Amino acid sequence: MLVRRPIERKSQLSENSGYKTLAEMKVGQRAKVVQLMVEGLIHRRLLDLGLLPGTEVRAIMKSPLGSPTAYDIRGSILALRPEDASKIVLKTSSSRHDEGGN
Amino acid sequence: MVTPTETELKELFEKVEVVASPIRGSLHDYIVSSIYADAEAIASKAVSKAEVSESDLGARIDRILTSRTLGFPIMIALLMAILWITIEGANIPSQILMAGLLWLEDQFALLFRWFGAPAWLEGVLVHGTYRGLAWVVSVMLPPMAIFFPLFTLLEDVGYLARVAFNIDRFFEWAGAHGKQGITMTMGFGCNAAGVTSCRSIGSPRERLIAILTNNFVPCNGRWPLLILIATIFVAPTFPLAISSVIAPFIIVIMTLIGVLATFIVSALLSRTILRGEPSFFVLEMPSYRRPQVLRVLYTSFIDRTIRVLYRAVVWAAPAGAVTWILGNTYISGETLMAYLADILSPIGLLIGLDGVVLLAFIIAIPANEIIIPTIIMSYMGTSMITELESMFELRVLFAAQGFTFVTAICLMLFSVLHYPCATTTHTILRETRSVKWTLLSNLIPLAVAFTVCFVVAQSLYALGFS
Amino acid sequence: MMKEGINLDAKSKGHKYYQEKHEELEKGHDYLVALAGNPNTGKSTVFNALTGLRQHVGNWPGKTVARAEGSFKYMGKRYKLIDLPGTYSLLATATDEEIARNFVLFAHPDVVVVVVDSTTLERNLNLVLQILEICNRVVICLNLVDEATRKGVNVNAEQLSIDLGVPVVPTVANVGKGLDDLVEAIAGVASGTIKTSPRHFALKAEIREALNEVVPYVKKVVGDVPNIRWITMRLLEGDARIREALENGELTPLAKSNPAVK
Repeated sequence: MLVRRPIERKSQLSENSGYKTLAEMKVGQRAKVVQLMVEGLIHRRLLDLGLLPGTEVRAIMKSPLGSPTAYDIRGSILALRPEDASKIVLKTSSSRHDEGGN
Repeated sequence: MVTPTETELKELFEKVEVVASPIRGSLHDYIVSSIYADAEAIASKAVSKAEVSESDLGARIDRILTSRTLGFPIMIALLMAILWITIEGANIPSQILMAGLLWLEDQFALLFRWFGAPAWLEGVLVHGTYRGLAWVVSVMLPPMAIFFPLFTLLEDVGYLARVAFNIDRFFEWAGAHGKQGITMTMGFGCNAAGVTSCRSIGSPRERLIAILTNNFVPCNGRWPLLILIATIFVAPTFPLAISSVIAPFIIVIMTLIGVLATFIVSALLSRTILRGEPSFFVLEMPSYRRPQVLRVLYTSFIDRTIRVLYRAVVWAAPAGAVTWILGNTYISGETLMAYLADILSPIGLLIGLDGVVLLAFIIAIPANEIIIPTIIMSYMGTSMITELESMFELRVLFAAQGFTFVTAICLMLFSVLHYPCATTTHTILRETRSVKWTLLSNLIPLAVAFTVCFVVAQSLYALGFS
Repeated sequence: MMKEGINLDAKSKGHKYYQEKHEELEKGHDYLVALAGNPNTGKSTVFNALTGLRQHVGNWPGKTVARAEGSFKYMGKRYKLIDLPGTYSLLATATDEEIARNFVLFAHPDVVVVVVDSTTLERNLNLVLQILEICNRVVICLNLVDEATRKGVNVNAEQLSIDLGVPVVPTVANVGKGLDDLVEAIAGVASGTIKTSPRHFALKAEIREALNEVVPYVKKVVGDVPNIRWITMRLLEGDARIREALENGELTPLAKSNPAVK
């Protein structure tokens, strides 16, 4: 009852496929948002904060206790818990030619 | 103003339905992504960014403040520093205020006698009401007027968001909302304000948890109590060399116990009566703002002073009157105060306090600031001492009444963990609109306070302390 | 003093905003100014700087959200300033956004000042572009310029002004820089000496088509109002409040009896 599920959730996406979730980013990495795996109010909230497909994010720092992690999203610093960050799918290729269809 | 015709409206709404239904699911996304695409276009023309991403000062500070090794020690050290400044800074003003106000009390007494006022009237108004006021102002005001502005500075600078960021994992474990880190730190200033700030938590379940546990961190009214007890009763039992650091240290320990209680009770609540999953949240960490130091210090100093004076008049004055009456009304040979204290004494001793202290907590239900003044007045009322010239005479006074090291520790613990003051309770009622939860908000901390003090007191007794 | 024909018979909730503006104008204020912006942009600093001690904090009617209002004088005119709740957007249905949206839409402020964080311009533009859809008389307060400089970010206010079609005033509100220019811009827009032509953001193809189909019908109901695109978008999204407002005639232009003496 005291222990919750483990913090680092490995997503079903493998590194090799070129996709990962926000929760799996390491400090200093950059990636582009591909999809938001949440609906409704949370989805809108993320959009309001500028986190939509095509947005580039960078992981800045981790809390001393391991979570949450703070990300640079369009210039502002936002921290998300791993549970929530795992719902945001990113593409790891840092190709600059990628205009991002949206 | 032209009201549209029925047919025009009907046609419009029908058309809207027809056009919107096929794309309803993605309409919002299209709109927002249009907006952002435009925003990016505008920004790319108007904004030029130099490549300084890593050397930004704020980022460097953040890396230190949230680092594995330094993050927590810095938090503790900052709190200790603020406490130390408060203690040292409040010392002289407190003494001056106390000397001045007590001198005034004597003048009032003379005035009353000159008018031929009955002794009981002089007692209630001068030695009760006025003295209660005087004690609160001289003992409580200087520390509060220093602590609060310093704390507000930290808040303004943006540091508290980093604190919430550092400790969030505990809240996650406890099943609580991330913003509770912020509402908890606001409770350091004032619990009523902390409770109000819980509005920022959307989910009712998590808001309740935040409200019910807000009281476990000491608020403005309790810092002076902790400072006084730590400085006068605990620190002197340690070697002189470290005694000026011991007081802040002890207080920090007490605070950490309060924070620990917050986590544990939050966890218990979210696994029992307030079950549920933590909701999604995003913690925005604002960039460090250079606060307008002088402005903040000035406005919060004035704000605190006015607030303390107001509460002194509203709560301390009546409490002072009540205390005097209790100490000067006799029931079968002893004062009402002694009578009540004796009844409470067995319970008190169980948890390391004495009957007078418990009685003081009851009288001081409205406001935390008056606990110590009430205790002082109660002790003074039952002893022959009618004047206190310095803080350290307090120690003598208390010791003569049987106040020990155990009493000091348990008093601090009890004050950190006990029920909220009247203002906060009223705020809780207003925010939750539920008598049930307001009652629980008082009973839960009371139960926790009792349990913890019991355990600590018994352990200390067992270890040989008295 | 500005006077507008105001229909005090309107039954809907928009009514109280009309009445409020009417009252304010009666009390000797010349212009009503709304202060909007994302949270954490220094909006309250701007508010405090403009109003000084002449402010009053209460609650929005029927809500538990705090509302600050104050006033300031400039060149002989008195401006009433209302601090709207900080919001990221006006599209979703949170209480704060509702309040801000309703005020801008129904209370007809003479100027809406949007306080923007220079360091996070893109995200702030989300709100700005939405406000530009609703209201013509907008001034952008480009705040926290000092922080932007520290981060190596340089925002070209003139370029921004050209692209947005409204005045953009750089400020460092907590030391008082740029506030004079801001007040001047507010006065200019309020009185009409500064003309604005707010930008309407480019629409993705899918919505453009949908919009074009519906706009003519909206025009029949409401007339050729400047914010017709926005009204249409809200209708398509199923915004009940806007629908109600259309039914009640709240969104048709007010009959202007005496044009403002400027």
